[in-house]
Amino acid sequence: MTTKIFLQQLSNGISLGSLYGLVAIGYTMVYGILRLINFAHGDLLMVAAYTAIYGITLFSLPWYVSFPLAIIITGIIGILLDKCAYKPLRDAPRISLLISAIGASFLLENLALVIIGGVPKAFPRPEVFAKVIEIGGIRIQMLTIYTPIITLILLFGLLYIVFHTKVGKAMRAASVDFETTRLMGIDLDRIIAFTFLLGSSLAAAGGVMWAMKYPQVNPFMGVIPGLKAFIAAVLGGIGNIVGAVLGGFLLGLGEILLVAFMPEMAQYRDAFAFAILILVLLFRPTGIMGEPLVDKT
Amino acid sequence: MLQVDDIHVYYGGIHALKGISLKVKERQIVTLIGANGAGKTTTLRSIVGLVTPKSGKITFNGKEIHRLKTHEIMRLGIGISPEGRRVFPNLTVLENLELGAYHRPPQEFKKDLEWVYSLFPRLAERQKQLAGTLSGGEQQMLALGRALMSRPQLVLLDEPSLGLAPLVVEEVFETIKAINEQGSTILLVEQNAMAALHVAHYGYVLETGRIVLHGTGEGLLKDERVRKAYLGE
Ligand SMILES: Nc1ncnc2c1ncn2[C@@H]1O[C@H](COP(=O)(O)OP(=O)(O)OP(=O)(O)O)[C@@H](O)[C@H]1O
Ligand SMILES: [Mg+2]
Repeated sequence: MTTKIFLQQLSNGISLGSLYGLVAIGYTMVYGILRLINFAHGDLLMVAAYTAIYGITLFSLPWYVSFPLAIIITGIIGILLDKCAYKPLRDAPRISLLISAIGASFLLENLALVIIGGVPKAFPRPEVFAKVIEIGGIRIQMLTIYTPIITLILLFGLLYIVFHTKVGKAMRAASVDFETTRLMGIDLDRIIAFTFLLGSSLAAAGGVMWAMKYPQVNPFMGVIPGLKAFIAAVLGGIGNIVGAVLGGFLLGLGEILLVAFMPEMAQYRDAFAFAILILVLLFRPTGIMGEPLVDKT
Repeated sequence: MLQVDDIHVYYGGIHALKGISLKVKERQIVTLIGANGAGKTTTLRSIVGLVTPKSGKITFNGKEIHRLKTHEIMRLGIGISPEGRRVFPNLTVLENLELGAYHRPPQEFKKDLEWVYSLFPRLAERQKQLAGTLSGGEQQMLALGRALMSRPQLVLLDEPSLGLAPLVVEEVFETIKAINEQGSTILLVEQNAMAALHVAHYGYVLETGRIVLHGTGEGLLKDERVRKAYLGE
């Protein structure tokens, strides 16, 4: 393999990995506060992608209006997801919550299937992202360059919110102790809703970029990236935001480089990701950056 | 100020509070004493809305609060240092105090913080330290300080002296007295009946979910039954 191809693959890996990371943040944030693996999280990619398409085709909005709008709407759908599927179960055993999450995931997928249909829709790719440039002899699509940059900007914005604002402080408090957080006069339900808003918006941003990268949108498009992002979150240390992005980068790079070095392994790409999940769970369940999380009462 | 009226609380089949009534008047220190499992913590949890009484009534400044949500009750002007301290271990001392002031006007924050630091100078020294790494006594001070950061009219304290060295216990009770003299009303739950009755204006003795005795602090200290059961004489 030439250096050129290697660099090409490297940039692909970074870009794919940053998408995993962006989606992984939502898993990790919701887990941090509710100790719940929100299995419906990946489907929000699909919700965002369809919303963005309809913004452009039905309402003739320009992409720079339609994309952010899709992100906001998906964020709000995230809040509704919590209100309908999880909030009624706040005091129920953890396993009920998990079952509800799986149910919510199937519901979203099948609603899309019934309403929109299973035929893949083409996702519009604005020229800014589709343009291909040449750097040092390698040809890169602008999307590949923008994706990790956007991811890092969103990551730093999120870290600012979590570590330097009042609501962020309340989120960190709620992640260890619901009762005492409420005793501070904090409306816990609003803090949880805000967590879903943030996590779902980031997933939506990931969904829009994912759809530009693989411009075939169908009701089940969120399943595989959702699972991969979940693996990334576990690899990075579930509950840890920076860990989620790091896990995403590592997983994306790992996958792409595996294929690059061993093309005959290409069809084992997904198996490789799940093998990583199993290994992490067996040998280091807290992931790379995670600390053992206390079980909440 | 606070009035609890014949409340009954059940945990599943367990009848934990069997008709508790008590009154806390403005600027008083009122103490609630009793053996393990008597229902002291449950009484405080009912006041702050963490458990809902099956029957009975709780009013604060004339307003019924027993059907409100916890955060709504706290915003009326109640602060609590809960059983077992419950500081946020992953947050710094300063951040814990900031959360105590969550619903206070931000321009008051500096003044309130200075006041709490004057009560607990130790907290000022350690403001950047994670609360989880504080010693037990320091955590207790933080829990107290955090409760005071909202400038509550009524402060609920659940066993603030638990697990502290005798000298520190004395300090804590001195602080409670000082806070009260500065205008806060206090409902104090204690195992340390002797010390609690010494600082309290009024006291209630709880036994298996019922109030069996009440009277002034001094009166209870002299009471034959109290001396036998709680002061070990
Ligand atoms: N969550 C719960 N579920 C079931 N029973 C409970 C629960 N919390 C308290 N109880 C029971 O209610 C009774 C009163 O408990 P409570 O915690 O109010 O006692 P306490 O007076 O604060 O005791 P201590 O001095 O040991 O803290 C006890 O018998 C206890 O076992
Ligand atoms: Mg107790």
